[in-house]
Amino acid sequence: MSQWVVKGLRTGVKTTNYPRLPDTAPGLSCGLPATTDLRGEHAQALVARCPTGALSVGRRGIEVDQRRCIHCLRCRRGVNQQLAWEARYEWARVTDKSNRHDNRFGAAFRRSAHILVVDAGDCGACLNEVKQLNNPYYNMHRLGFFLTPTPRHADVMLVVGAVTEHMRLALRKAYDAMPTPKRVVAAGACALFGGVFGPSFTCGGGVAQAVPVDVEVPGNPPPPLAILHGLLVAAGQRQPASSCG
Amino acid sequence: MFFEPGQMATQARTRWHGQVHAERHDDRTSRIECPPHVVPEVCSWLFYELGLSFGGLIVEQAGQWTLRYLFYGEREQGWVHMIARLPAEQTKLPSISALIHAADWHEREAEDLFGLVFEGHPRLGDFVLHNDVWQENLNPMRRAFDGRKPVAHREPDANWRPRQIVHEEGSFVMPIGPIYSSATGPVHFLLETVGEDVIRAQPRLFYTYRGLEKIAEGRSVEDVLLIAERISGTSAFAHSFAFCQAVERIAGIEPPPRALALRVFIAELERLRHHVAAIEGICESTGLAVAAAQAAIMEEELLRISAVLTGHRYFFGLNAVGGLAADLDDSAVRRATEQVSELGARLSELEEMLSISSSFLDRLEEVGDVSATDALEFGLVGPVARASGVARDLRTAQPYSGYDRLTFEVPRESEGDGYARLRLFFREAAQSIRIIEATGAALPSGPFRAPAAAAPSGAALGWVEAPRGAALHWISLGDNNVVERYRIVTPSFANWHGFRLAAERFAFQDFPIILATFALSVHENDR
Repeated sequence: MSQWVVKGLRTGVKTTNYPRLPDTAPGLSCGLPATTDLRGEHAQALVARCPTGALSVGRRGIEVDQRRCIHCLRCRRGVNQQLAWEARYEWARVTDKSNRHDNRFGAAFRRSAHILVVDAGDCGACLNEVKQLNNPYYNMHRLGFFLTPTPRHADVMLVVGAVTEHMRLALRKAYDAMPTPKRVVAAGACALFGGVFGPSFTCGGGVAQAVPVDVEVPGNPPPPLAILHGLLVAAGQRQPASSCG
Repeated sequence: MFFEPGQMATQARTRWHGQVHAERHDDRTSRIECPPHVVPEVCSWLFYELGLSFGGLIVEQAGQWTLRYLFYGEREQGWVHMIARLPAEQTKLPSISALIHAADWHEREAEDLFGLVFEGHPRLGDFVLHNDVWQENLNPMRRAFDGRKPVAHREPDANWRPRQIVHEEGSFVMPIGPIYSSATGPVHFLLETVGEDVIRAQPRLFYTYRGLEKIAEGRSVEDVLLIAERISGTSAFAHSFAFCQAVERIAGIEPPPRALALRVFIAELERLRHHVAAIEGICESTGLAVAAAQAAIMEEELLRISAVLTGHRYFFGLNAVGGLAADLDDSAVRRATEQVSELGARLSELEEMLSISSSFLDRLEEVGDVSATDALEFGLVGPVARASGVARDLRTAQPYSGYDRLTFEVPRESEGDGYARLRLFFREAAQSIRIIEATGAALPSGPFRAPAAAAPSGAALGWVEAPRGAALHWISLGDNNVVERYRIVTPSFANWHGFRLAAERFAFQDFPIILATFALSVHENDR
C-alpha cells in the first residue's frame, strides 16, 4: 500500500490560502448580482425577468436582495443590458435575531467547532458544495471545523434546504438535542426563503420558520468558500458581509 | 421478437382482437389503448415477450383518469405508450406489479398521491407521504388540491413505529437516519437483523419530497425550467435537458446543430463529474483516504471547469427551450476539453492503482451483487444496471441530440457486485471523456438557440440518459404556455427500489460500501 503514500506526497498541497489570503482561482464562485446604476426601460425589463423578486428599482438604480438570488442568470443572459455581477464569495450575514453587537458571538467556538449538517430538503447542490469543504482544496479541518453525525457533539448546525414537512420534526429534534451555546447557519437560497420550492403544501419558506437562524449564506448553491465564510462568521473568526447588496 | 412500431401495433391488434386499439403514433412511438382489465396482460407481453424496459407510469386527471404505461426497447422498437382510461369516479384498477416488479413503486406513488387503488398490489400506503405526518386521503396530486397553500398536518405521533418484516426470535430493527453520517441526503434506513447480517433493508425515503410535479402545475414553461434544474442539483443539466426536449417536441422546435453539440458536451461533462464523485464515495466508504482525496480533487476541478465554461458550477441557467440561454466561447470549450483530457490521464492512473490495492478490492468483490435477472425485473437503470449486464442506454437505444452520430461504447460488466460497479464508473467516465473530446474538436458554428416559437397545447415525452440512468419527463401544456401536468421519472427512483437486492444478506459493515457503489440520490428520487 506504500504506493498511496507516495501518491499522496507527490500530489503536493492543493489547499486554498483562504481565509489568510483571498482566493482568486477561476471557477470558485459564480458570483452574485450587484446593485447597478441602471434606470428606465432596461431596468424595468431586468426586474421583470427576475423570477424571485430579488431585483427592484430604487434610489441607487437596480437594487439587489442577494438573499433571494437563485443563480438563474436571467439578468445576465438574453438581455440587451446586463446586470453587473460580483465574483466574490464572502456573502454570509448575521441575522437580526443574533445580537451582532455581542462581541462574544461565536467566542466559544473560536478554536474548534463541530458541525452537524442537516439536509432539510434541498436539491442536492448545496449539500454537494458542503461536501466539497472536506476535499483537499478547502480542507476545513485545518480551521478547526469538524463534521459530526450527532447533534450531541455539535456546536453549529449547518442547514440546507427549504425545510420539507417530512424534515421539520427531525430538524427541530436535532436542534433541541444540541448543547448550548449553539449556532445555526442556513446556507442557500432555499434555506433562506424557500427558493423555487417553497412555501407550498410540502415545503416551508426557509429554515428560520423552524429553528432560529444566526448566520445566512446566500447562493444557489453557495460555493464552498461562501459556506466556509458562513462557518467562520458563526465561529467569530471572520467579519460578516456588509448589509448592502 | 423484434418489432418496429408499425408491426408492434399490428401484432397487438391481432392478439387482443377487438379489445385493444393500437397504432403507430410516429416513427418512434406506438400507442396501445386498452381497457384496464387487459392492462396486465398487454404489459407483460411488452415486458417479457418483446423484451422492452418499463419506463414508468404517468397518471393524468382531466375529467377521466388516463394511465400511461411507458415502455422502450432497442432502437427499432422505439417507445410504446400503453394507455388505459378510467371514468372519473372510478379509482380501482388491476395492479401490474406482481407481473412487472419494476412498476411496484410507480403504483405505490400513484396510490399515495392520486388515491388510485391498484388491486392485487401487496403493499400500498405510507410511501411518498409519511403516515405519521400527513392526514389520510389527502391525494395532493389531484386537480382539486391546491399545492400552493400549506395544509393541516397531523401532530407527530411519538408512538409511530415502522413496520417490522422479520419476526424471528431475537430479530430487531436498526433505524438509521434521516440525519446520519456527515453530509448525506436524508433517508431513514430500517435495517432488520438477527445479529451480523442485514436481512431486510427497507429505505424510508421522500424526506426531501418537495412536491415538484404539483408545484409545476399552472406555471409557465420558463418557471418550470427552474424547477427542472433543481430536481437533483448533481444532475441538473440532464433533467433540464429532458425537460427542454419535451417542450421542443410539443412546439416542433429543432435546436440548431451548435446547441445540440454543446448540450451533448455539457451532459457528458456532468456525467464525468458524477462518476468521479461516485468513485470518490466508494473510496471514502472503504476508508481509502488518499484515493478518495484524489477523486475529490478531480471533482472540484470539474466543478471549476464547469463554472469557467458556463458561469455556474452545476450548469444552472444554461438550458433553454430551443437550445442554450447563452453561447459558449469556442476557445473556452477548447480549454475545457484540454483540461478534461489531462484529468482523464489521472483518472486512468487512479483506476490502475485501485485495481492492485488488494485490501480495497476485498471490500468490494462479491459484495452487494445484483443478478442480471433481478436487475431486469426490478427495472434498474444506468451504470448500476449495466454493471449487472443489463446494457440498455437511452443514448444508443433511443438516440437524441445527435448521439447517433457519435462513436462511443456503452460498457457492460457481468458480475453485478460492488467492484463491477466501480469498474463501470471508470469505464463510462472514459467514454464521456471520449465524447467530450470528439464534440469539443468539431463544434458546429452558427446560432446557439432556435428562434422562440409559442408552444401550442399538447403533450410530449422528453428523455435523456442522465448520469444515474434513464430520466423521462412528460409534459402536458395547456393554453398560454402553462404546464398542466409534469411527470418526472428519475433513475434514482428505479435504483432505490432495487437497492435492497444488493444490501440484504450482507454484514452491517458492508452496508455503507454497498450504498456508495449504487451512487443514489435521494433528491432525485424524492422530487
